[in-house]
Amino acid sequence: MADRVGIVEVAMTPGAESKDNFLDQVFRTSKELLDKAGISRDEVGTVVSASSDVFHGGVSCASSYYWDAGAAFLKNASRQDGESLFAFIYAVMRILSGNYSTAMVLGVCKGSENPANDMLTHFFTDPFYQRQIGLNETVAAALQKREYMTKYRITEEQCAAVVVKNLGNALKNPYAHVKKRVSVEDVLASEMVMEPLRKMECAPKSEGMIAMLLAREDVAVKLTDKPVWFKGYGSSMDHFYLGDRDLLNGQLGTAAAKAYEMAGITNPKKEIHVAEICEPYSFQELLWCEDLGFCDRGKGGKLIESGATGPGGKIPVNPSGGVLAHNPYVTRGLYRLAEGFLQVRGQAGERQLGRKVTTALAHGTHGFAGQCHAVVIIGK
Amino acid sequence: MEKEFNTFKNVIRLPHKYAAGPTYTKFYNGLKESKILGTRCPSCAVTFVPARSFCPKCMKNLDTWVEVAQEGEVQTWTYAGKDFFGIPGKAPVVIVLVKLDGTEGSFLHLIGGINLESADTVKKALRKGTRVKAVWNEEKKGHMLDIKYFAPLSKKR
Ligand SMILES: [Zn+2]
Repeated sequence: MADRVGIVEVAMTPGAESKDNFLDQVFRTSKELLDKAGISRDEVGTVVSASSDVFHGGVSCASSYYWDAGAAFLKNASRQDGESLFAFIYAVMRILSGNYSTAMVLGVCKGSENPANDMLTHFFTDPFYQRQIGLNETVAAALQKREYMTKYRITEEQCAAVVVKNLGNALKNPYAHVKKRVSVEDVLASEMVMEPLRKMECAPKSEGMIAMLLAREDVAVKLTDKPVWFKGYGSSMDHFYLGDRDLLNGQLGTAAAKAYEMAGITNPKKEIHVAEICEPYSFQELLWCEDLGFCDRGKGGKLIESGATGPGGKIPVNPSGGVLAHNPYVTRGLYRLAEGFLQVRGQAGERQLGRKVTTALAHGTHGFAGQCHAVVIIGK
Repeated sequence: MEKEFNTFKNVIRLPHKYAAGPTYTKFYNGLKESKILGTRCPSCAVTFVPARSFCPKCMKNLDTWVEVAQEGEVQTWTYAGKDFFGIPGKAPVVIVLVKLDGTEGSFLHLIGGINLESADTVKKALRKGTRVKAVWNEEKKGHMLDIKYFAPLSKKR
């Protein structure tokens, strides 16, 4: 790459329902970002946002509504609706195009306002076929979980261990929504939602406004003495219909391979120091770890049992608590990236890992059972 | 719990109508005649069910129609003991992916004809590879649920 792009600053809100109005939150998050970075609104080159209008936001053409609050009016600003890490990569590309030296990424989600996520994900389906059978994200995940457990003898306890780890990690994360010390037994005793998925194995419905300032290398080093550099990216899309796909061998492997190649990573187990993975359902963290090359195919259950993905392990996964602890539906990928940024900077507070962290991986997924995956690598 | 600040409630009702197009129309007319129709790709020889107008892999139009088998094998399933938004009918339901004989992908539908009292009763009748067969509703509406459900075949077959 001709120029490097750095993340200069991040501002974000916690996941629990706040008393603030939607626009107040967008405004305060944007302002906090600019204040932290020490620049004015006029100095922001372009804005790329991640949001979802009618379904999650309840406002059609939502971006027109929040441009004022998001420091974006009178600018070249655009919105994407899908995996929020796409907004990040579009902002990186705008800088790499040479047209902008700074870009703001803005992710907006006020999950406390929308109905149950699955009422909305039911409409991700096509109206002719899958919708008539009642498909939604949790039904798809339950189909995937049974297939995973059957094929690789993954146990309920191994899946529950993801919840135990992540909700426990979240105790140290002021931004997380659900945080508590729970046992495998607690998880297994929670209500069956869509057998074999239990309530505690499914992500909550959270708020999450997030803003990130990116800058070209020469500008980034002036704005901060701790820039975190963009190193690699990959994404890939699988088929839409569940029946067309291998639910246990989706497109995350492809996305990761592209990101690793770009970042020059040949041994992810050693070279990735922390991974923030988007796991809306417990078992998906195990499956995605396999796809990312942290263990062999079918060994995700053994991986968590070994403790390797714990905060003191060889490849810590979701020290933030992940999506099970905080699920701002349309910004959850950007939250993974923000945690990676803080860990690389050494600014993750109480949850800062004891190990050296110079390279972090952030993963986002959107669509049913991992139809779409994006992987970002950042580092010093 | 009373909140410190007001909230405004709003129910958004959006009546869409979706064009089925000729391919889905023919497929759903097939269901009315108790037939499951698919289309086959001339390049990769994959048979798509429900019938599709194009092959996403080969970027080919599909106009070779085939009637596919009404029997197949269970790939994976989930059990819902309670109603949920969008549920086809009423709980309990079992949603399944079935690989119909002679087709490549799997078909999303329901399981019935077994004891649906709990996930445990379902587990007694259903596992990966269980052979199932389409059971039809008497009254047809040109809807996916013209197939009432797929029921496990008796063991002796
Ligand atoms: Zn083809």
